[in-house]
Formats: sequence, C-alpha cells, structure tokens
Amino acid sequence: MWKWFHMLASPPHFYRIAGLTIPWFGWPALVLILVGLYGGLVLAPADYQQGDGFRIFYVHVPSAIMSMMVYGIMATAAAIGLIWRMKLAHAVAAASAPIGAWFTFCALATGSLWGKPMWGTWWEWDARLTSELILLFLYLGYIALRSSIEDPQRADRASAVLALVGVINLPIIHYSVVWWNSLHQGSTMFNPGAMSIEMKWPALSMLFGFMLYYGAVLFVRLRAEVIRRERNAAWLRQELAL
Amino acid sequence: MSLADFFYMGGYAAYLWPAFGLVVLVLVYNVWSARRALAEARRAAARRLQMEETRS
Repeated sequence: MWKWFHMLASPPHFYRIAGLTIPWFGWPALVLILVGLYGGLVLAPADYQQGDGFRIFYVHVPSAIMSMMVYGIMATAAAIGLIWRMKLAHAVAAASAPIGAWFTFCALATGSLWGKPMWGTWWEWDARLTSELILLFLYLGYIALRSSIEDPQRADRASAVLALVGVINLPIIHYSVVWWNSLHQGSTMFNPGAMSIEMKWPALSMLFGFMLYYGAVLFVRLRAEVIRRERNAAWLRQELAL
Repeated sequence: MSLADFFYMGGYAAYLWPAFGLVVLVLVYNVWSARRALAEARRAAARRLQMEETRS
C-alpha cells in the first residue's frame, strides 16, 4: 500500500496515470451533464410556484455545491501538504483553486439571474449570498497570494495557511439559511420529500457530471503543475520528446 | 409543446437562458484554460532544458 502510494506520488508515474485517467472522467462527465440538461430543461415538470423559472436550479445548485466541495478538497490537500510536506498535495490545492473559483462565480451569477424574477432583486446583502461572495474572495485571494510569491515552496506553505483559515466560511455558508433570517430558501436538494424524483434526478445527474468534470480538469491542471515543479531532467526530456 | 414554447420558458427566458449559457461557457472555458496551462508548462520546461544544454 505504501509502496503504491509512493509510486503514485512520484512525478513520472503520476503524470502518466493522470493522463490515462482524464478521458475516464471527462467523457462520463459530458454525458451526465448533457443528460442532466435535457432532463432539467425538457423532462422535469414545471414548479407549481415558480413555473419554468425554477429550472435555473439545475445549474445553480450543482455549481453552489461544487463551489464548497472544491474548497473542502483544496483545504484538505493544503493541510496534507503542510503536515506531510507532500508536494503533490500542494499541487492538488493549487490546481483546484481556479476551478473552484469559477464554480463559485457560476453559483453567484445564476443565483442573481434567479433572484431577479423571484425576489425582485439581483443582489441582497443576505447571509447566504454574502458568505458565498466571501468564498469567491477566498479563492481569488488564494490565487493572488500564490502568484505573488516567487519561491514555489514558500508559495505552497503561505497559500495553504490561507486556505485553512478560509475553511471557517464553509459551515457559515451551509448553515446561513438556518442561523439567519435569509431571503434564500433552505436546502431542497438534501431535504427528503422536498422534491419529487422527476424533478430531482436531473439535478443529481448534473452534480455527478460536475464532480467528474472537476476530476478531469483537475488532472489536466495537475499534469501542468507536475511539469512546472519537476527538475528530473532525464524524465522531462523523454516526456517532452526532446 | 412547441419549440417556441420551449424557448419562451413560461416567460423566464430572459433569466433562464443566460444562466444556462453562462454555466456552459464557463465549463468550456475551464477545459480550454487547463489545456492551455499544460501546453504552456510543457513549452516552458522544454525551453529550460534547452537552455541548460547550451550552457553545459
């Protein structure tokens, strides 16, 4: 087990395995997302209160869940990198940040487009919306901090600390609709009985599609990180066919 | 349901289609930018190796 783990963490092996894994994440992701879009836009019945407007749910909720999940993975990887000084873990954190930031942007933008017809406003300084905006700033701060430090190892450590401090925001986002009087509705996705199965399955298909999509994009970015950090000239020369 | 009805989305078209369009655009952009980052890292590594070669 440990031997396998070390082999996986060695850059040449990781680079090769990541390359082989990408299509296994990418193609199923595409299928699940297309099926989810068709199910959400065509097959699912309109909501009895919000009509067809509720369908923004199918892009908004999976994006929002991913924005938090990716942050959780990023912070976990950063912690592993700090504790066990594992370069690959730092690379996972670094590669996750831009993907998570884009999911957060999608959650905020689609939420705004949903809020206008339903609440009558594009934006409200509400607990849920504000804490999600802070999540976007945490991602952007993480990315900016990394790019501002020249030495990769110092950049890894400093940004990891920032990622860990930001974890406090995750429960705040999650429980914001419970703790504060929020304009934002409570959780329907994880509330049994809140949604019929015809309404729910396209959202689950989108969510699993987004997860696999994240895996595929993460591995492409990880390959770039491995190349950037690698100083083993013999392997690089062979890989780049020089 | 006609195709026009579908695009009309019960009157929510102006909010719904931008939301879906935006997410699809971001998903495509992320794949493109990750692939570009990989190609860029490979180019930079190749340059680095060649510089080391000419120096030695």
